[in-house]
Amino acid sequence: MDPGVFMARYIAQRLLLLPLLLFIFSIFAFVIIQAPPGDFLTAYIAELSASGSSMDQAQIEALRRLYGLDQPLHIQYLRWVGRILRGDLGFSLDWQRPNAELISERLLLTVLLGLFTFTFTWALAIPIGILSATRQYSFLDYFFTVFNYIGVATPTFMTALVLMWLAFKYLGISVTGLFSAEYVDAPWSWGRVVDLLKHIWLPAVILGMDGTARLARVMRANLLDELHKPYVEMARAKGLSEWRLVLKYPVRLALNPLVSTIGWYLPLLFSGSVIVATVLNLPTIGPMLLRALTNQDMFLAGAIVLIYCALAILGTLISDILLAWLDPRIRMEGS
Amino acid sequence: MSNDPAPLLVVRDLKTYFFLDEGTVRAVDGVDFAVHPGQVVGIVGESGCGKSVTVKSVMRLVQRPGRLVAGTIRFRPSSQSAQRWPLAPDGTLDLAALDPQGPIMRAIRGGEIALIPQEPMAAFSPVHTIGNQIVEAIRLHQDVDRQTAWEWGVERLAEVGIPSPAQRMRAYSWELSGGLRQRAMIAMALACGPRLLIADEPTTAIDVTTQAQILTLLRALQEQHNMAIIFITHDLGVIAQIADHVVVMYLGRVMEAGPVEEIFLRPQHPYTRALLRSIPSIHTPSRTLLPTIQGSIPHPFNRPAGCPFHPRCGDFVPGLCDRNTPEPVPVSPTQTVSCHLYTGELHGEPIPDRSSPA
Ligand SMILES: Nc1ncnc2c1ncn2[C@@H]1O[C@H](COP(=O)(O)OP(=O)(O)OP(=O)(O)O)[C@@H](O)[C@H]1O
Ligand SMILES: [Mg+2]
Repeated sequence: MDPGVFMARYIAQRLLLLPLLLFIFSIFAFVIIQAPPGDFLTAYIAELSASGSSMDQAQIEALRRLYGLDQPLHIQYLRWVGRILRGDLGFSLDWQRPNAELISERLLLTVLLGLFTFTFTWALAIPIGILSATRQYSFLDYFFTVFNYIGVATPTFMTALVLMWLAFKYLGISVTGLFSAEYVDAPWSWGRVVDLLKHIWLPAVILGMDGTARLARVMRANLLDELHKPYVEMARAKGLSEWRLVLKYPVRLALNPLVSTIGWYLPLLFSGSVIVATVLNLPTIGPMLLRALTNQDMFLAGAIVLIYCALAILGTLISDILLAWLDPRIRMEGS
Repeated sequence: MSNDPAPLLVVRDLKTYFFLDEGTVRAVDGVDFAVHPGQVVGIVGESGCGKSVTVKSVMRLVQRPGRLVAGTIRFRPSSQSAQRWPLAPDGTLDLAALDPQGPIMRAIRGGEIALIPQEPMAAFSPVHTIGNQIVEAIRLHQDVDRQTAWEWGVERLAEVGIPSPAQRMRAYSWELSGGLRQRAMIAMALACGPRLLIADEPTTAIDVTTQAQILTLLRALQEQHNMAIIFITHDLGVIAQIADHVVVMYLGRVMEAGPVEEIFLRPQHPYTRALLRSIPSIHTPSRTLLPTIQGSIPHPFNRPAGCPFHPRCGDFVPGLCDRNTPEPVPVSPTQTVSCHLYTGELHGEPIPDRSSPA
């Protein structure tokens, strides 16, 4: 079959599956969010009484009816899905604002930070992997191995705390957030962009450390597998120079499975990291999800989780397409 | 032909060792042989005796932990390349002294000496088309544009008998059958008109009929291009079919070398004789057990002292064969043997000058 036709059919098949998968995931998302005992109002009342005030029973019941929390679970689910199908992501009980507004406010910065982290990770990890593999057992290789172990073994929030402390102690700067105080709520301007760039590198480095170490290790292992294959020796026997042949053949084959994982970054770009972003007080979607979950703000949490799932499915599709595009053998198997 | 005064390749005392944590593997331990222009030299020997390492050393393809530790590899490049390179007065170049990654060695690889590797099935990259890889081979050594190189590639594929070559250029190696893939490999190796082709067991992985076709093809191409071939195999039948000259190897050393008729009709070395006895012939009655060589090949770490074959040899002379390594001696103007039965040491005679043959 013509590869183009095959690819088109392959993508169409996968797209047809998308609604079904989303439906299944939406049930899971809803059930999990509902799983803790009580609902938003129980959490809210607990908070009120902790601060000394209270609400009478009639008020509570009225609110419960208003938000539909008095209905059985399946009715609540159907109402929620019904609204989403009409393009309405619902209303946050906690923030008392539409979820779509809350999410879109934080989306730009989340995606920007994600892209920064992603670029940093790949730009560093791939060359490190290549150098380590082609110079296996050299000083450089050992050095990167140690670096990678540290990168993988240190919890990212630890790195975040340590770097924050170091930056504060020795550079005298506070590195939480993505902006200096004067720009936090300012409208976008040239100055705000520059301020963002000044702040974004540190969270990007912290968030990227772990991924860089992992990716470099995988790249090294993949490349070591390829470096002794007969096609590499053949390329050498043709008279190709060492760097050209390494980059054209084994690196290409070692990269294929990695490049195909790029799709999996898509949901991460949307959500960002939860824990590190909370530690660093970043205005991204991750901390908002954490707060929605602790406060049982079910519609906000549900909206975020559902978008996350949709992006995960889409990301996997992108990965599969990339792999089929990069590796002719996959295209062949399919047809 | 073998008396041509100007050999294409003369390998002397070649030693290539692998330095492993467990010890040193002396894979090639003092190999001598020569190849004349247009000659087909067959290297034969049991698995692990160092055939592949020998030819990889010639092409300077041995990778760490392996290293070429001694010897000379004198190669005579074609006249047009010769002008640019620092040749010795006799017109040869010692490949053993060159930087394996350097420009001269890279120009020789693929341009002057081409390889058909032992595993042709995996020797094409699976994610690049055949055409891409052949064009690359051509353009590395010839100053032509992509379009011309592509046309040459199609011609080469046609020359090795691949049907609809223009389509095959766009195919991936795994889309071709074993026989076609092997032909494509030969086409790529011949792309730049090498003076010497090294074929490392090119027919072991394919069926007998295809094998015969490939051998016929190689022989035809060799005559057309007047190219020399080093043909590696452990199949003496194949050697008889294709080779002019035979080099018999055992444990990293050459046991016997000579014209194919002499080796087959008048084998001198006990190892060669044992090898020949172990192949069936039309005179062998059916259902008889073929003799096998007694014992097995020693592990590469504990190579026997003296003649490497002595533990398995029927003519073993205690005190001599297990002490002194025999050097090659001529037993006819064209045939040499490395065995104490011929060195004269057995009878107290001086060892003949080993530089006289070649
Ligand atoms: N990369 C390597 N590392 C360590 N030892 C090696 C390596 N390559 C080859 N050897 C050793 O060198 C010796 C000769 O190997 P070689 O591949 O030349 O054998 P061969 O004659 O080509 O055998 P075959 O017929 O099986 O291809 C073997 O003992 C092998 O173990
Ligand atoms: Mg071999």
